[in-house]
Formats: sequence, structure tokens, C-alpha cells
Amino acid sequence: MKRVFGKSFITALVAVLLGLLAGAVLMVFIGANPFSGYLYLFRGGLMTIERVGNTLATATPLILTGLSVAFAFRTGLFNIGAAGQMLIGGLCATAVGLTLVLPKPLLLTVMVAAAILGGAVWGLVPGLLKAKFNVHEVVATIMMNWISYWTVYYVVPAYFKGAYLETESRKISEAASLKVEWLTGLFGGSYINLGLFLALISVIVIAFIIDRTIFGYELKAVGFNRHASEYAGIKANRSIIMSMMIAGAMAGLGGATFYVGYASNIQIGVLPTQGFDGIAVSLLGGNSPWGVFGAAVFFGMLHSGKGFMNAMTRIPPEIADTIIATIIYFSATSILIERNWDKLKKRAGGAK
Amino acid sequence: MWTVIVQIFPYAIAFTIPLLITALGGLFSERSGVVNIGLEGLMVIGFFASALVISKLELALPDIAIGLGLLAAFIAGALFSLLHAFACISLNANQVISGTAINMIAGALTVFLARNMTGSGNILIIHGLVRSNVPLLCKIPVVGRLIFTQTYATTWLVLAILLVSWFLLYKTSFGLRLRACGEHPQAADSAGINVYRMRYIAVMVSGAFAGLGGAIILVTYSGEFTGTVSGLGFLALAALIFGQWKPLGILGATFFFGFASTIANVSQVIPALSRIPGILLKNFPYIITLAVLVLSSKYSQAPRAVGEPYDKAKR
Repeated sequence: MKRVFGKSFITALVAVLLGLLAGAVLMVFIGANPFSGYLYLFRGGLMTIERVGNTLATATPLILTGLSVAFAFRTGLFNIGAAGQMLIGGLCATAVGLTLVLPKPLLLTVMVAAAILGGAVWGLVPGLLKAKFNVHEVVATIMMNWISYWTVYYVVPAYFKGAYLETESRKISEAASLKVEWLTGLFGGSYINLGLFLALISVIVIAFIIDRTIFGYELKAVGFNRHASEYAGIKANRSIIMSMMIAGAMAGLGGATFYVGYASNIQIGVLPTQGFDGIAVSLLGGNSPWGVFGAAVFFGMLHSGKGFMNAMTRIPPEIADTIIATIIYFSATSILIERNWDKLKKRAGGAK
Repeated sequence: MWTVIVQIFPYAIAFTIPLLITALGGLFSERSGVVNIGLEGLMVIGFFASALVISKLELALPDIAIGLGLLAAFIAGALFSLLHAFACISLNANQVISGTAINMIAGALTVFLARNMTGSGNILIIHGLVRSNVPLLCKIPVVGRLIFTQTYATTWLVLAILLVSWFLLYKTSFGLRLRACGEHPQAADSAGINVYRMRYIAVMVSGAFAGLGGAIILVTYSGEFTGTVSGLGFLALAALIFGQWKPLGILGATFFFGFASTIANVSQVIPALSRIPGILLKNFPYIITLAVLVLSSKYSQAPRAVGEPYDKAKR
């Protein structure tokens, strides 16, 4: 419990407050009332059971892309390619869902497996390039993002073209959707789907791997110091490849929860923003699985509430993205917060 | 084939120039030791600033509105990059994370402001730059037809900046100092160079150039602010590495990207190319980049200290 409320929790909290403050300043700048703005933003995310369901559904892919980024981070790798991995995962799941005819439980299993596999392959490539050829993973994952973008751009119209639009795939059948009746009914017809449980399981599994296994320990050791860990007999190259693969798998699963859970078809010409928001989620969550979960739900609330706020106040919905981006900037410069926090503590200590 | 090349050449150049100027900005930043992954966002800032200025002024001052727009983008990019410089240089923040934050802030903030102004989030300008032939030079056979006809003034501006940058980096003491900060900042410091100041200057140059790059997109082929430069900033970053952190290398790499993308875009109307599947043509630049990075990794010329915050106490 002590670690949860430690320094990283406080810096995250301060970053969030500063981000919300920056959002308020922007609202004032365009002549809106920040109090009513935030009231509608939060009400839009939480007002009814349906909206809570939508918040959780929006958070689901964010949890998984956040886990993806956080897991790679632990091995000292920056996975900026979660967007591409997610997209390819979504494509794999959609492709299976539109092709195979199976009973729902079996079909969903195959679809989810395909998404995980697709994402893992997309993570494997930068991992291999990093381990074997020392190609920087940031550039490699950016290239992989565009390769998945163009792959979807051509594969979807060629094989899975929608009934009306060239720019999206056919809708998946009810049997191929992660949405299930009892859950949708429970949350008053919201977008919530089984993906949430997959995300929760992933959080638990990743937390277990990182904190409780030798494999996880080795990954972290490589993240701290690649050369020292090699000297200690850890196969650093293998750790890097495995780490990127698992990171890719998480983002790929995130793609399944989005494209065949939240949505029911896949669009071409869009890199999912959840991939980049995953970086924000991971950072705010202090790269820990449960931190990622909390941060994703918070960002999910901002995203699902922004439409309601826009309808009620005419504040542009991009305010949510601006707030999230500002929070990330303040997290990145958290050393400033820490310094001041220490100073404040000292002063408080001196006053006693 | 020759007529095809002549036809698509102007488009390839138009696509190359914003990439080139942005990658040049990245060159300054990385040579001083600061990774600037925020180039994408800084381009968006320039894109927005120029659209804002030009759309407001083009009726009142039709002759100089575009020039003022470019200038505004240059300044806005430099100012916005201060956020990155402050985080990376003064606070020793993780440079990749700070750059990512820059990208996210720029993308969200500009659309937020644009939507507040126009409702749709797009800003349209009425007139962009006009293509023109270079007098005399366009009469040269072959080369004149390829390079000196139907050009934008910004193309020559950027090429001039390329020359000046090369001169600055390799032929002046300022350039030597800047590069020293990226190779071995401690040594540079002990020689009396203010590493922090050098890096601040370099990051601001990268912001200004990237901003200019965004503005050039607007006044040449886009004509409308749309809130995104669709990955060109990242591509510029890749071109910087592909070009091995050298001005001429960058020129070659960006031209390769420009040409390859243009070919992919027009492949449908060229019989010789329409037989190749589009998926291959579109992915070609990215796959080649990965291949080149693999091949060149052994001889990588990356600045030694790039990505590391400068810590005075460390030796």
C-alpha cells in the first residue's frame, strides 16, 4: 500500500491537477466557463450507468495499449508502435470474424488469438532489429506503424469491403462481436464488452510477470542496465525480443477489443489514437500495471465525456486531448514537481 | 518513361521540400545532443500558425500575406520548441517522452483553437504560392526542364537554408561547438562552451525549421489546415537517420522519400507502374528505411551523446 501512495502517485496526481488547470485556462481563453465545462465533462462520463459503461468501454483498449507501452518501458524500450500493433490486431480479428463460421465462444477465442498473434509479430520485428542490428526501436516502430496503416488500407477494400463504403470493412456478425447481451443489458445498452475482462486479466498477468517471475526480473534488469545484466548471465537480446513481442501482443489484443468489441468494423486510413494515448496512460500510471489501469479509466472518462460537454457548452471536444497531452508534459517534467515537493516537505519539517 | 519522370518531378520536389527543411531542423537538434521526436507536432504548429496568419491577412495584404505566414510559422515553431528544450535541457526529462508530449499537445491544441474559430477545425486559405519558371536557367536542356520549371519560391529558400546550414555546421566555430555538444558535452563544457545555451539554440532552430516545413505544406500543395501533417515529421526523423546525420545525406534521403511517395501516389495512371500492387509501392519507402537502418547500423554516425541529458557532475 505504501508504494501506491508513494512519490510517483503524488507526482501523477499533481500532473493531473496541472493538466486540468491548463484545460480550465484554455476554456476561459475561448470565453467558456470552466466550472460548467468540467461539470458536463465529468457528467458526460459518469452520469448514468450507460455512460459509465461507455467510459469503461473507451478505457478498455487504452488499458491494453498502456500495458503494451509500460511493459516495453520496463525493458528500457520505447514502444511508439502500439498504434500499428493495435491496428494489425484489429485487422486479424476482423478477418477471422468475417471468414470463419463457428459457435460464438470458439470464434471469439480464435479471433482474440489472431489479434494477439498479429500484434506480437508487429512487435517482434522491431524487437529483432533492435537486438540483432541495434536499430533504434523508436524509428523501427514508427515505420511499422505506417506499414500496418497501408496494409489495412489495401487489404480491407480488397477482401472485406463494406456494403456501402469503400473506406471500411463489412460489419462483423453478432456471433463475432465481443459485445454480449447480458453485459450490454446490465449497463443500459452501452458499448461495454468482454474486452474489459480480457484487459483486466492482462493487467493481472502482466503484473504477475513483472513482479513475481524470473523472466520479469530479467526484463527489468535489462531495462536498468543492458551490459550489467549481460555480465550477470542474462540473455539481453532474448529479453528485448520477448519484451517487444509481449508488448505487441498486448496492443494487438487492444485492437481486438476496439475493432470487434467497441466498434463492429474496421476503417481504413486511420491510425488509432489509442496507440499514442497508450504512451500517456503508461506514463501517468508510472509504468505499473495497476497504475495503467487507473490512468486508462481516467482518460477513458475524459474521452467518453467530451461529446456531452461539447453538446452542452460548445467547448470543442479536442479539450480532452489537450488535457491529456498537457498531463503527459507535466509527467515528463515531473522532476520539477518532485523538487518542489521535497522543498515543501523540508519547509513543513522546519516549521515543526 | 522520361515523360513520366518529367511529369511527376515537380510533385516529388514539392513533397520533398517540407521533409527536407524539417529533417534539417532535426539535424541541428540531434547534433547538439537532443533527440527531437516532436518534429511532427512542431510542423503542425507551423501549419496552423501560417494558416491563421494568411487567412486573416490575405485580403488586406495580398502581396505579403504568404511571406508573413511563413515568418509566423518560423517564429511559432521556435517558441513552441522551447517547451521541449526546457523539459530536456533544464529538467533532464526523457527526451522521447517530452517529444511525444509535444506532438500530442500540438495536435490537440491547434485543432481545438481552429475549431473554436471556424467550427470545422479546418482553416482554408484562398491563394497559395504560384509555381513559376526560373528565368534563363529553365532554358537549359534536360536539367532546365526538370529542375528549373514550375518551381515554388520556397524550394529555393529551403535549398539556400540547406547550404547555409552546411556552412554553419562544418565551416564555423559555432558549428564545431554545436557538434561538440552532441559528441562529448563534458569535453565541450571544459573547453568553455555553454552546453545548455548551445542546446537551447539548436532545439529552437529545429522548431523554427519544422514550423517552416509545416507552413510550406500549406502554401504549396495543401491549401488548407487540417490538423495533421500525416506522419511527415516522423518521416523526416527517419530521413535524418537514413541520411546519417549529414546535410547532403538528408537531401538524398528526403528526395528518396519524396520521389517514392509520389510514384506510389501516381502509380494508377502510369501503365508501367499500375501492374505493381499499391500495397507494395506504398510500403516501399518504409521497408527500404528499415533495410537501410539494418545495413548501416554497424557504421552508424549517430552523435555520441544524442538522447542523454547533460549532467555537469558526470564524467
